[in-house]
Amino acid sequence: MGWLESLRTAWEALYARKMRSLLTMLGILIGIAAVMLTVGLGAGAQTRITQEINSLGSNLIIVTPGTSSLTVSGIRGATNVTTLTSDDAAILSMPSVAPDIAAVASVSSSRAALVAGTSTWTSTITATSPDWFSVTSRTISQGRAFLQGDLDAANSVAVLGATTATELYGTRDPVGQSLTVGNQTFTVIGVMASAGSSLSGSQDDMVVIPRTTFVQRLSTSANSRAVNLIYIQGRDANSLAAAYQETTAALLTSHQVTAANQDFNVSTQEALVAAAASITGIITALLGGIAAISLLVGGIGVMNIMLVSVSERVREIGLRKALGARPALIRRQFLVEAGVLGLLGGFLGVSLGLLGAAILTPIVGVPVTISWSATAMALGVSLGIGVVAGVYPASRAAKLAPIDALRSE
Amino acid sequence: MNPLLKMTGIRKTYDTGVVQVEALRGIDLAVDPGDYVAIMGPSGSGKSTLMHIIGCLDVPTEGTYELAGTDVSRMTERQLAEVRNREIGFVFQQFNLLHSMSALRNVELPLIYAGVAPAQRRERALIALERVGLADRVQHRPGELSGGQQQRVSVARAMVTDPALLLADEPTGNLDSVSTNDVLALFDELHEQGRTIVLITHEQDVAERTHRTWHIRDGLLSEKVEVR
Repeated sequence: MGWLESLRTAWEALYARKMRSLLTMLGILIGIAAVMLTVGLGAGAQTRITQEINSLGSNLIIVTPGTSSLTVSGIRGATNVTTLTSDDAAILSMPSVAPDIAAVASVSSSRAALVAGTSTWTSTITATSPDWFSVTSRTISQGRAFLQGDLDAANSVAVLGATTATELYGTRDPVGQSLTVGNQTFTVIGVMASAGSSLSGSQDDMVVIPRTTFVQRLSTSANSRAVNLIYIQGRDANSLAAAYQETTAALLTSHQVTAANQDFNVSTQEALVAAAASITGIITALLGGIAAISLLVGGIGVMNIMLVSVSERVREIGLRKALGARPALIRRQFLVEAGVLGLLGGFLGVSLGLLGAAILTPIVGVPVTISWSATAMALGVSLGIGVVAGVYPASRAAKLAPIDALRSE
Repeated sequence: MNPLLKMTGIRKTYDTGVVQVEALRGIDLAVDPGDYVAIMGPSGSGKSTLMHIIGCLDVPTEGTYELAGTDVSRMTERQLAEVRNREIGFVFQQFNLLHSMSALRNVELPLIYAGVAPAQRRERALIALERVGLADRVQHRPGELSGGQQQRVSVARAMVTDPALLLADEPTGNLDSVSTNDVLALFDELHEQGRTIVLITHEQDVAERTHRTWHIRDGLLSEKVEVR
């Protein structure tokens, strides 16, 4: 008796009990679909985060303030002490200090209410230098970016994100319009092209103004030199490591600290990608693990039904044995049956997973990516679960004595 | 002529844990090729146990049993399965057809276990069904056939492997008188073609159609030769 014949026999048996077979597959189906969706969501989130970090710009190093470990006059919890200033940005932009750095842009940001005529909107004010546009790969769709001259003269000019422009001016051309921030009036000189949203919020809802203007007109902070972060662009990919070391060395020197009590963080895009990947990896593993438990329950369901099936079909088993089926063949028949149950459940689960991925992607806003290797693995796992669940019922069927099997009513 | 089936001192003891039940207490039996014999006995006489041992569905506790020249009394289940497939065709009281399959598939079953290729299998099953007069019912399922037709399907299934022995256990027990005559006529026909048939029954008129009848009582045989 060949494998094809075993498959046919298994199919006949499962088909004869359609409803039960479907319900049994349901357990595997749900488990496989759940695992595929969680893993797919994790993979999609990871891809998305990587893309976002890379879209920040190329050859990028980001310096963020750290908590000062020097507890000033014994006061702990001085965590709001900003350790990064515009002076740091000035030092880093000196070619003598850091020859491998191409451009530096410090950023101070704060939330502010905006008024344009009758429209009001709350957005993020990003105060920076003209280099910010090139360093973060932002392009202008209307008007112009502000220039070094605007920075030097502390002109009251503003460049808007695409969303901000629409919210404030609707379909009107924002360029040349006036914008009130606090009690200061700015002139809109440009609008940036849309860059999509990142996990930290929309990149299209912001107002970019010269840093000098921010310090003179808007800053309420006592330390007007403080910045939230500094973007640094290396000359090219090869000099990124050198730029990283130069940045760290220059800041350690200017802050008069050692690596042990470093009060700033320097990270590269790669490091950010790696950190994000490890976080999404952990979350995916956790959720996938929970989904895998449902798969296990599905497997137990298959075993349960196979046991019921064996005791219901004692007469059939007896007859097959009387007609010359060796115990090994009876075992194989039930193993194949359980395997087919698992595999069919897997097929349905994969279909549901793919369907779910198609439906979920627009809803959650993160692409649910299901790879072919994951699909193949899901099918392999479902077949494996079916076969493993079938081992015990099949060996019970194989061990039935033919006379007992024939005698039972 | 060597007997096809030769039993010497067959004993079968069931150990229920509390008591030991002796179902067969020393059976000597020989059936020649081409014989048509009946084994009769009331329930509890050991009739079923004897049928199981003749059919290689069970092994004796003591004694030897030779079937077609081979000692089968000490074989493993795996070996017995092959002997059953090759040498014995079963006809049961309950027909024991698989209800989810067509008559044709049911008749093909023993050939599947014999490893016969699909095309050949189908051809042989069709011939067997034709011989029992069911050529026009091959795709019917057992549920769509009358009791007599179902029993004829199981006779076709028993004969399809061309076995040395046809073993029928109360083959007419679930049939009306018309179907009973049908099936017994089929047996007569098979006998005329030279088949060896062992028929287990408790009905006198069924036993009378055979050549020889053994009576079994309390695990012992008493032969009553009635050569017609």
